[in-house]
Amino acid sequence: MDWSQSLRLIAPEETITVAGLVLLLVAAWGGDKASRLISILASVVLVGAMVLVAPALCGQAMGPETSAFFGQFKADAFASFAKILIYGSAVITLMLAPRYFERFNSMRAEFPLLVMFASVGMGMMVSATDLLTLYIGLEMMSLASYVMAAILRNDGRSAEAGLKYFVLGSLASGILLFGMSLTYGFAGSTSFAGISAGVSGGLSNGALFGIVFMLAGLAFKISAVPFHMWTPDVYEGAPTPVTTFFATAPKVAGLGLIMRVLLDAFGDQAAAWQQIIVFISLASIVVGALGAIGQKNIKRLMAYSSINNVGFILVGLATATQAGASGMLVYVTIYVAMSVAGFTAILMLKDENGNYVEDVPMLAGLSRTRPAIALALATVMFSLAGIPPLFGFWGKFVVFQAAVQADMLPLAFLGIAASVIGAFYYLKVVKVMYFDEPADVVKGESDIWHKAILTIACVFISPLGYLLTSWLGDTANKATTALFAAL
Amino acid sequence: MIHVIAFYLFAVMTVASAAITILSRNPVHSVLWLILAFFNAAGLMVLTGAEFIAMLLVIVYVGAVAVLFLFVVMMLDIDFAELRAGFVRYFPLGALVALVLLAEMVLGIGAYRVGSIQLGTPDGTAAVAEGVSNTAAIGALLYSRYLFLFEAAGIILLVAMIGAIVLTHRQRNDTRGQKISKQNARRPEEATVNVKPEVGKGVTL
Repeated sequence: MDWSQSLRLIAPEETITVAGLVLLLVAAWGGDKASRLISILASVVLVGAMVLVAPALCGQAMGPETSAFFGQFKADAFASFAKILIYGSAVITLMLAPRYFERFNSMRAEFPLLVMFASVGMGMMVSATDLLTLYIGLEMMSLASYVMAAILRNDGRSAEAGLKYFVLGSLASGILLFGMSLTYGFAGSTSFAGISAGVSGGLSNGALFGIVFMLAGLAFKISAVPFHMWTPDVYEGAPTPVTTFFATAPKVAGLGLIMRVLLDAFGDQAAAWQQIIVFISLASIVVGALGAIGQKNIKRLMAYSSINNVGFILVGLATATQAGASGMLVYVTIYVAMSVAGFTAILMLKDENGNYVEDVPMLAGLSRTRPAIALALATVMFSLAGIPPLFGFWGKFVVFQAAVQADMLPLAFLGIAASVIGAFYYLKVVKVMYFDEPADVVKGESDIWHKAILTIACVFISPLGYLLTSWLGDTANKATTALFAAL
Repeated sequence: MIHVIAFYLFAVMTVASAAITILSRNPVHSVLWLILAFFNAAGLMVLTGAEFIAMLLVIVYVGAVAVLFLFVVMMLDIDFAELRAGFVRYFPLGALVALVLLAEMVLGIGAYRVGSIQLGTPDGTAAVAEGVSNTAAIGALLYSRYLFLFEAAGIILLVAMIGAIVLTHRQRNDTRGQKISKQNARRPEEATVNVKPEVGKGVTL
């Protein structure tokens, strides 16, 4: 193995880590006054890291030369695709955060640093080709996330969210580790290539238990049913910019990780895990749709919506084909844009004193008082519901197309039927905003940055997004070709 | 001969100090006996050639865990007599747990007699290194093959430290700390004033 080549392959991680350490010193001496400067510098570094990973995606890097550190880390096109989404979400979080926290006088200089280190961990997750890399990346992300959820420590809800996330997350990590140790014991290796070779003669019961426990731990991280209980509480309690982060980057990282584990390490044993994924997927779609119906808080509603969407994304994984994996990447890209638009719009809902409004009934008649925000929220809701002219439909279309091609018609039909239930609560929000008597609560002024982010994200999910379908599809195909070439 | 004597010495000491740990009335004594049990277990590990695990036992369990226990026992005001109350009430539950453990032991011994489970064969890196002490073998892997992960684990610890500081550190404004530089920088001219108060009037400073 060539050390210099390995070090070159982890250049984005090195850049972010070294910059994080330097900015930590700036934070230590500058204090919270320097937090804005640190946020800007951190965003610049993350954009730089995106530039560093882009060539691997454009050049469709794959094969042994993308493998670093004795096959523990892989910087191929698939990892690059996921990393661009992750770093992009982190940058958006950093742009949304300062205004929000300054309102509570609690913008901490360490917040951008936690986002950076979480991004390093998530980058390691999507590049992991070894169980150890997987676990270390996951823990780096999780530890930073627990702290970010609780960062408004004087706010009871934020502290509760952090504690809940921490306790349940640790439990999930324990279950994941148990599954990993079983897999290691029965396959004889921690590297995905070694596991793939070790289980090539069929799965023993022990290895099957290993897969089940690992999937349980990973399903927690992407908030798939039946490991979704923490999601509404954490999404509601965490500060809104942090919720934006949770709904985007860790989802991409977790899904990328599950794809690598199942399609790389257990790719030849698809029959063993497909039924588990089918169950998780359908359960997430149904529970996400039904759970959202009674919600009054719009952040809780978005939490159930994220459970619902993860279910749809997993439909692509259940097919275990390249078309399905490519559809997942397309869907997850659109989902990130929808989440960013949704939560940015929620950040703009302020009453006359500048307090944040989160109750759905308070949005009554928003179309008359704040038509722009109402239009943006309606676009997001229609798009999340998958109603055709909007881009959210395309994501659902590609994963269901993959399911139909893989002869999984019952799965596709059940999924589509459940998405109709989901449409109900999305449309209910639109109805409250457009047809109810104005409650006249939302009056506050919005930040120019928030407006810019909301506009860009809304244009992406509007019908104009269809101009990107062929490009997005090609890029996702490049990424998944690299993923399947590793088999 | 000597290692047989050493084995029985360590084994008897381990079992005896473990027994005293649960039997002793004073919780501080319990923790001290527990530490002795850890030391003897470490001795047993050295006898089997697993000197790295022996070091871990002493450093992690004695150095960190047992001292933490000791702190908890000594700093918190726990009424241990009250904790022991209700023996009769909880006896059925305790007996049930004991039965489950007994059943597990019988099962385990039975399974051991049948033979080992069919595990995977370790690949090149997981195979036992010949002629190298296990501390050296772990060190060689940790600082070469797994260097990347070792460094990343360091970053995790840094994140944990940042998190602990972010969530607990407070700048308190209501305390009056000593500022030595400010004290030293103070000159007599600005510290004392010469006033001549009129009779019957106070002094304004």
